[in-house]
Amino acid sequence: MIINHPLLGPRDAAEFVYLGDASLIDRPDWQDPLAAEKFHDYLYLRDNPVGNHRELWYHEQGDRSWLVVTRNTLTHEIIKVELATDVARKRGRSR
Amino acid sequence: MRYSAMRVLLEGLTGNRGWKPVWRDPEPKPQYDVVIVGGGGHGLATAYYLAKQFGQQNIAVLEKGWIGSGNVGRNTTIIRSNYLLPGNEPFYEFSLKLWEGLEQDFNYNAMVSQRSILNLIHSDPQRDAFARRANAMLLAGADAELVDAAQLRRELPFLDFDNARFPIRGGLFQRRGGTVRHDAVAWGYARGADSLGVDIIQNCEVTGFNIDNGICRGVETTRGNIRAGKTAVCVAGSSSRVMALAGMRLPIESHVLQAFVTEGLKPLLPGVITFGAGHFYVSQSDKGGLVFGGDIDGYNSYAQRGNLPVVEDVCEGGMAIMPMIGRARLLRSWGGIMDMSMDGSPFIDKTHIDGLYFNGGWCYGGFKATPASGYCYAHLLAKDTPHPTATEYRLDRFARGHLIDEKGQGAQPNLH
Ligand SMILES: Cc1cc2nc3c(=O)[nH]c(=O)nc-3n(C[C@H](O)[C@H](O)[C@H](O)COP(=O)(O)OP(=O)(O)OC[C@H]3O[C@@H](n4cnc5c(N)ncnc54)[C@H](O)[C@@H]3O)c2cc1C
Repeated sequence: MIINHPLLGPRDAAEFVYLGDASLIDRPDWQDPLAAEKFHDYLYLRDNPVGNHRELWYHEQGDRSWLVVTRNTLTHEIIKVELATDVARKRGRSR
Repeated sequence: MRYSAMRVLLEGLTGNRGWKPVWRDPEPKPQYDVVIVGGGGHGLATAYYLAKQFGQQNIAVLEKGWIGSGNVGRNTTIIRSNYLLPGNEPFYEFSLKLWEGLEQDFNYNAMVSQRSILNLIHSDPQRDAFARRANAMLLAGADAELVDAAQLRRELPFLDFDNARFPIRGGLFQRRGGTVRHDAVAWGYARGADSLGVDIIQNCEVTGFNIDNGICRGVETTRGNIRAGKTAVCVAGSSSRVMALAGMRLPIESHVLQAFVTEGLKPLLPGVITFGAGHFYVSQSDKGGLVFGGDIDGYNSYAQRGNLPVVEDVCEGGMAIMPMIGRARLLRSWGGIMDMSMDGSPFIDKTHIDGLYFNGGWCYGGFKATPASGYCYAHLLAKDTPHPTATEYRLDRFARGHLIDEKGQGAQPNLH
């Protein structure tokens, strides 16, 4: 698989480390009254869909940026690549 | 029809005209006491033990393709019980004991071959870790034998003992481990279950659950609706897809694992050998092919085929312990979809929906578990309490903080 890095262009997926579902960006609020339950779901439960999946890849052997890659889990086709910082900022996260 | 040497002789003398299809091909009935979703090894074993050990009748196994089309027919066929943790080891040892009597029990040649499994040791700390594991195995009634490099040099002279980076310092043997003909396991359980009256219904995909007021009353399928007293899901790599139909999210990711087989060679490897400094395991099939594999590819996938970086990594592992493998030509490679759980251990449990049960999260190690998984799932379905060796395989163990994490990797499925 080739990941089209927004800054560096096409890079081999072997340069990256895979973390998992991009919902990991949305860390629950620890002061929420339901924090224990929400952290359980955040940490342990996954949608694990067939088809398009937004996921976090880390460019360890490159510029060490985190990317959000939209990839089809049935065909391995990569549909979209974004910088994770851009995704997080769009969701109102400062970092 | 019972199989025996006499039968083979008689059929041979009369033109082999007396053999009958090994299981029936029935139409689905409108109602069953237990409907098992998924005709892999675990589903078929569950049906077999439900009928045989727990006296249940009126059981169906629904399979979307043909039985054995999933991971039970794709794995590298290794059986062993060399686990460390108390939540796992008694279960896997129970499974190994069931393998030992399986062929007599279901009267089918599954080619259970206890040709041994050897985990190589490459450093002193690794020897300490394996000594601890060996003790845990012995405590659970399994066999374990720690050997030094001198003995290994006598037994397996072809290993690369003096490899500069990964010298071989010894190994952990489980002599009772080995391999089993995977397809024959599916066929043997199918035949055994069928002869006890279980309906094995192929080309029947479950497309929904009939859930009413928190109670599961049956399933919707491509061959019509079927009512069920109890619905037992065991669909391995498809776990998240199927349980999503009941509105559940699971602590599971689906990943692809590849396997490889070379051209047939003369007898070379006496047993299963695993590399201790990377992920590589190899055995030789009775046809002579070297069957080997290594890590999962590491990203979510339902593709049943993997990518080249892992092929390279697996082959490097092979070259590190037995360089002669570089001379063998690869015949085939394939992939299967693994239900990788958040702590690397499986689930055999009820769900919060009455009448709906779940078995999954087997990662890349569920083939060896097939007999015990079927037995324990049947126990749970028949009695509504877990079998004593499977009490830890609960879906709520993450919420309770009782993970069974053999590798200590945390909630990162691609590292288990
Ligand atoms: C390459 C590879 C190597 C492996 N090596 C080993 C090994 O050496 N040792 C070991 O112990 N384990 C190994 N495993 C793991 C082992 O094969 C699996 O954990 C085990 O087979 C899973 O259980 P099963 O046999 O029931 O799964 P499967 O055979 O996959 O059965 C699940 C069935 O459910 C069916 N299904 C799915 N969705 C539906 C639906 N909606 N309706 C009806 N049916 C449905 C599927 O078609 C499938 O037949 C390996 C796996 C792979 C892929």
